[in-house]
Amino acid sequence: MKLTTALMGAAATLVLTPAAFADGHEGERGRDGQLNIIYWQAPSTLNPYLSGGTKEIESASMIVEPLARFNEVGEMVPWLAESIPTVENGGVAEDLTSITWTLKEGVLWSDGTPFTAEDAIFTWEYCTHPEGGCANINYFDGVTSMEAVDDRTLKITFDAPKPFPYTALVGSESPIIQKAQFENCIGAAAPTCTEQNFGPIGTGPFKVDEFKANDVIQLSANENFREAGKPAFATVLFKGGGDAAASARSVLETGEFDYAWNLQIDPQVLSDMEQVGIGTVAVAFATSVERLMVNQTNPDPALGDERATLAHPHPFLTDRAVGRAMSMAIDRSLLVEVGYGAGGQPTCNVLPAPEAYASTANDDCLTQDIEGAKQVLEDAGWTDTNGNGIRDKDGIELEVLYQTSTNAVRQDTQALIKQWWSEIGIETELRNIDASVFFGSDPGSPDTFQKFFADVEMYTNNFAGVDPEAYMARWLCSDIPSPENQWQGNNNQRFCDPAYDALVDEMSQTADLDRRAELAKQMNDMLMQSYSIIPLIHRGNPSAHANSLGGVKMNDWDSEIWNVKDWYRTE
Amino acid sequence: MFNFTIRRLILTIPTLLFISFVIFLIVKLSPSDPTGNLPLTIPAEVREQIREALGVNQPLIVQYLKWLQQFFWIEPLIYLENATGWDLGAGDATRLISYQTRSPVMDLIMQRMPQTLWVVGTAYVVGILIALPIGVISAYKQYSVFDQVGTFVSMVGFSVPPFFSGVVVIVLFSVIIPSDSFFWLPSIYDTTHRVTDWDSFVYQFRQMIMPVMVLALQITAQISRFTRASMLDNLNQDYVRTARAKGLRERTVVLLHVLRNSMIPVVTVIALGIPSIFGGAIITEQVFKVNGLGQLLILSIQGGDVPTVQTLTFIFAILIVLFNLIADILYGLLDPRIRYD
Repeated sequence: MKLTTALMGAAATLVLTPAAFADGHEGERGRDGQLNIIYWQAPSTLNPYLSGGTKEIESASMIVEPLARFNEVGEMVPWLAESIPTVENGGVAEDLTSITWTLKEGVLWSDGTPFTAEDAIFTWEYCTHPEGGCANINYFDGVTSMEAVDDRTLKITFDAPKPFPYTALVGSESPIIQKAQFENCIGAAAPTCTEQNFGPIGTGPFKVDEFKANDVIQLSANENFREAGKPAFATVLFKGGGDAAASARSVLETGEFDYAWNLQIDPQVLSDMEQVGIGTVAVAFATSVERLMVNQTNPDPALGDERATLAHPHPFLTDRAVGRAMSMAIDRSLLVEVGYGAGGQPTCNVLPAPEAYASTANDDCLTQDIEGAKQVLEDAGWTDTNGNGIRDKDGIELEVLYQTSTNAVRQDTQALIKQWWSEIGIETELRNIDASVFFGSDPGSPDTFQKFFADVEMYTNNFAGVDPEAYMARWLCSDIPSPENQWQGNNNQRFCDPAYDALVDEMSQTADLDRRAELAKQMNDMLMQSYSIIPLIHRGNPSAHANSLGGVKMNDWDSEIWNVKDWYRTE
Repeated sequence: MFNFTIRRLILTIPTLLFISFVIFLIVKLSPSDPTGNLPLTIPAEVREQIREALGVNQPLIVQYLKWLQQFFWIEPLIYLENATGWDLGAGDATRLISYQTRSPVMDLIMQRMPQTLWVVGTAYVVGILIALPIGVISAYKQYSVFDQVGTFVSMVGFSVPPFFSGVVVIVLFSVIIPSDSFFWLPSIYDTTHRVTDWDSFVYQFRQMIMPVMVLALQITAQISRFTRASMLDNLNQDYVRTARAKGLRERTVVLLHVLRNSMIPVVTVIALGIPSIFGGAIITEQVFKVNGLGQLLILSIQGGDVPTVQTLTFIFAILIVLFNLIADILYGLLDPRIRYD
């Protein structure tokens, strides 16, 4: 019996081995030569904790790794951990106040030393040090202690029940760094450790050979990587700089590079380049939504210090009929066609994904209805009494100031929306502000998106990871930016509803995933029906890769080059 | 002359201090935020902590004095220590740190210097070498076909911006020409490339052709116009007629007498243009991904990286002041009629 099994096993191996090799992507480490990646925004550092920018997090994701990652459909996959702890398998405590991870056996850092739970604990200490200025500190929110039960067991304890405990050390934003390397770089010393920040030692498939800030990274295969035969590439050249169109060209037309990131360019130009036939554009969708924020407070400069605060509700945008008409007048499909192409889909939700959390209650916004919009305004008493082409009521004219950041696609969108709104009798003044000012949070600048000294503003926001709890909590009354909190806060449109606050509170105490999804949908619908947010486009992330590059799985839930260890050359 | 030089050198100190303060105020008071380009998923409290760690919230005058101390004292000290191996006690001092990369600004600049000097410097030299003969011939054969063509090319060079001409040559030489052809040129400059043998030199040469020629077109346009105008001024002078009347060969007249006198203003223009080599060519560097000083400057401006912007612009200011002085001195040396004392 035993002999038969062994023989059958041997036979099976013989049959299976050639099959595996025939696939073209099995073999020894480093067999496929060099991989060329271009990011048109160049990484400034390789320490993701000191930057928080996408370009730094993604470039570092080839080097340092977390306990678990999110795959292309947003599911968690164990990475440095053996498995995902859950309440069922005992990894998460019944009362949801702690989680215990078991690390994979035999994982080595690229310098050959063993990876242990101590490194994970150090990462937490490093990022949460008050003087360090760690950009991803919120991933460790609620963590009161981490303890190494043994070298391979890490227990994380929270200050309160945490229904979704997979934030600390999960995903590309909170990878584990090596204690031995960063020990003297904690707190205020963090920025002085240039050598460490530019060349972190990691457990990932590649290690840094040379890093030139804002320019280029040279990497080579990590000979201590835990998976045999991976990565397939011996070296990686990670070039930064230029612009999106040029990096698209270098993959799709000249073939100088194998992979180009974030190609938000004219969709027509991109698809023309793809026609050349040497590369492919791949799009991943996660949670990014381009939306209009509709100010619920009055931004009139005459109000002085009380401008855009809750003390003065907006004269007409608090009327839901106006918001509804504005939303109905927009042809979202045309906006996608003009500005986004494959990189966008029309949406009617501010929470469009993951699928379990996406509501279908608002989908009638997908078709434009100018006549209907006019009727809505008419019924609400907004008519053009003085014949100037702008609807008014009680002496208030429907005139809005519509601001956004400077960006060609956004200015096209603005022009189209202005046109549609003028058709229904709303006069629009357009304004665009440089992105670093608009998204900057300088309390002295009047032009930030948080101060919102305008009636409507447009930008994209999203949440990292797959759990929308923190995202939906952005629209609490207490999170409204105001002079009292130096204009810090996420509730930029100043939406305030005690019933909404109650739902947020309930979600923070609910562990059952179905109930959480139901609550998230309910909150999304409340926001949508208040018309304080008008969602426009569910934005994907288009990237291009050479046709000769295999194994790419576009992912917007984690770093998009999350599985670079599995990439290979097909020819 | 010597007194003049010393006097001017001493005068540059208050000038430069004033410039540095103005630059500091402009950069600092403009609404920009080093955390402004971070993803919106990073909460405001965290941004505040980052700014705190960067020292953005300190009083302006403290930040300025700190920058002065770091730029004029600590950085030179550290370079001196590294060069000589002496211990001057700079080891523990905080260096001038960039907000974006959290690494010393001077190291970034030193890292960027070679590619900028190579590409922009070569373009400058190539531009001058092409411009001088064109200017001379255009002036000597005024209104000839050569002159008309030269004028046309200069106008094109002047008016076509590099973000257009750069993309045109990329489309021509990198996209339309197949990549296995001899005439194919790389559209992306590889800053990690090292010249070690003949083949790698050829590669370096090839990857420099496009950025250098795009830049040289502009420089050629400018300098050939100057040369032409200056030559025309001199060709009608009495001394030229005298020289010809003496029976000198036409070559001697033009190349020795006229050219030498015409070069006086041209040399000044060339000297004044040298600081712009260090300034990098922001647009051309972006188009060809050369990632030199120009690209560093523009990224730092976008990222609200005050220390880097401040240091870079100040270094440019030093160079401009210095080369103005050099131009003045050169003028005196070339033209014996000019005396500063």
